[in-house]
Amino acid sequence: MDYAIQQMVNALSFGAEYALLALGLAIVFSVMGLVNFAHGDVIAVGGYTMVAFAAIVTANPWIVILGAIVAAALTSVLLERVAFRPVRYADPTTGLLTAFGVSIVLQNLFLLFVSPRPIAVTSLYFMDVPIEMFGVQVSSLQLLESVTTVLVIVGLTLFLNRSVWGLAMRAASLDFEMVRLMGIRANRVFALAFLISGLLAGLACIFIMARRGSVDPHLGFNPVLKAFVACVVGGFGSLPGAVLGGFLLGAVEVGMLVLLPQEYGGMKDAFVFGIIALILVWRPNGILSPAVEKGDKL
Amino acid sequence: MLDIRNLKVLYGPIEAVHGISLRVEEGQCVTLLGPNGAGKSSTISAICGVAKATGDITFLGQDLLGTEIEDRVRAGISVSPEGRRIFSNLSVEANLQLGAGIRTDRDGIEADIDHWFTTFPILGERRTQSAGTLSGGEQQMLAIARALMAKPKILLLDEPSLGLAPRIVGQIFDMIEQLKSEGMTILLVEQNARQALRISDYAYLLNTGTIQAEGTTATLGQNDELMAKLTGLG
Ligand SMILES: Nc1ncnc2c1ncn2[C@@H]1O[C@H](COP(=O)(O)OP(=O)(O)O)[C@@H](O)[C@H]1O
Ligand SMILES: [Mg+2]
Repeated sequence: MDYAIQQMVNALSFGAEYALLALGLAIVFSVMGLVNFAHGDVIAVGGYTMVAFAAIVTANPWIVILGAIVAAALTSVLLERVAFRPVRYADPTTGLLTAFGVSIVLQNLFLLFVSPRPIAVTSLYFMDVPIEMFGVQVSSLQLLESVTTVLVIVGLTLFLNRSVWGLAMRAASLDFEMVRLMGIRANRVFALAFLISGLLAGLACIFIMARRGSVDPHLGFNPVLKAFVACVVGGFGSLPGAVLGGFLLGAVEVGMLVLLPQEYGGMKDAFVFGIIALILVWRPNGILSPAVEKGDKL
Repeated sequence: MLDIRNLKVLYGPIEAVHGISLRVEEGQCVTLLGPNGAGKSSTISAICGVAKATGDITFLGQDLLGTEIEDRVRAGISVSPEGRRIFSNLSVEANLQLGAGIRTDRDGIEADIDHWFTTFPILGERRTQSAGTLSGGEQQMLAIARALMAKPKILLLDEPSLGLAPRIVGQIFDMIEQLKSEGMTILLVEQNARQALRISDYAYLLNTGTIQAEGTTATLGQNDELMAKLTGLG
């Protein structure tokens, strides 16, 4: 029984992390139609900022964390300004290639100017301590991650439903030109989408770094892959879909770890992607794919 | 107020409007008539900054060509576009709030939203419902109300009666007439010539991207041959 609960907690916390990552991709995709594969490298920028802060500025973990979040958010906004703005209204393939390009450039900057080898960051170890809850051992990190994701979902929902800027972002996902015809500046809407995406990358960065304890140039690859898969499963462009896809991916991964016999352990990912493929056969556009029509065009 | 000279609208290599000129004076309702594909919507799009254009578009003495869409809205141009294009994934109220996206007077915005909900009780009853659940006529009223939320100096209406039942068409034209009597300047695109001419001061007939006839509605009304042709279109 304890074992089952333990694994459910695992599935939830994995899912929470994937949901956080997927939301970062989905928010940009929903307003711009861009799959930002550089999202993972924004996370890596957060990781390297932690290294820099811990080495140069302070050992205070809260300041290190704040620095990483701010750096990720600023990087994301900066990338929109210099790299994605010129291809804003281009076709999706151009945007996708640009994102790959940005990703490669960032990774090479890390390789050239920092180091190809992993660099340890120890300031976040304090976040991961075992605690007992209802008779089950869980890690404080898992708990923190789940709570953070829930808060992010609540905050994002309130923002998107209550504030004019949130409404503008939702409207933009349907008909961006019409939002501009309301006099609402496209530049602001895009910048805001990337700012939110960057903040989400910064949050995810904390948990990834706390678990791994080190950063290397390819830190972002695995997270962005998971985020992509979660978005595809949930339905690209749908924010609830991103959350659902994230939690589903977490559940399937942990389920595979539990159910697969030891000797098949190495094939976990193959089974995970097999199940994802089955879901996509059932719903080719993802489970909560948004409707494609634009308003009531005649 | 709005002065257009030698306007050409381009879609890549295709020229949809071949150098037309038209004027809208303050407080007037001017109608652009013409069959499908005449270039009416292209003209509206060019005024809004959505379609690529050459020539001169002057609004209140300010040259608009080359300015961004958003700046034209801020200069006082609002549009209820062809096909209405309401934000169907948002609530009725949110549509109106976005219409007021360039305004900062919170109380004024609230009051204006309430004004529309009393003018169109059906919108008020559905203020929290998704706008996509409204009927075509209700969506059209919402689209016009949304455009007016920006407090424009000129209102562009692209085929507001398209695809609506005759009774609803009557309501829409009543609404436009009411706006005009309140002093709103209107550029109306219509295929429903009879109704449009009834409420407008001046009209242009557009066909295949050129203006074929123009005049005050009184003079046009006396031209029986033209009227037969126009009402035949509607
Ligand atoms: N986005 C577009 N791309 C290419 N051609 C277009 C586009 N929109 C309209 N056109 C063409 O421009 C001409 C005028 O269209 P439009 O302005 O929509 O006419 P109307 O509104 O009078 O029915 C038509 O021949 C149409 O095919
Ligand atoms: Mg048209």
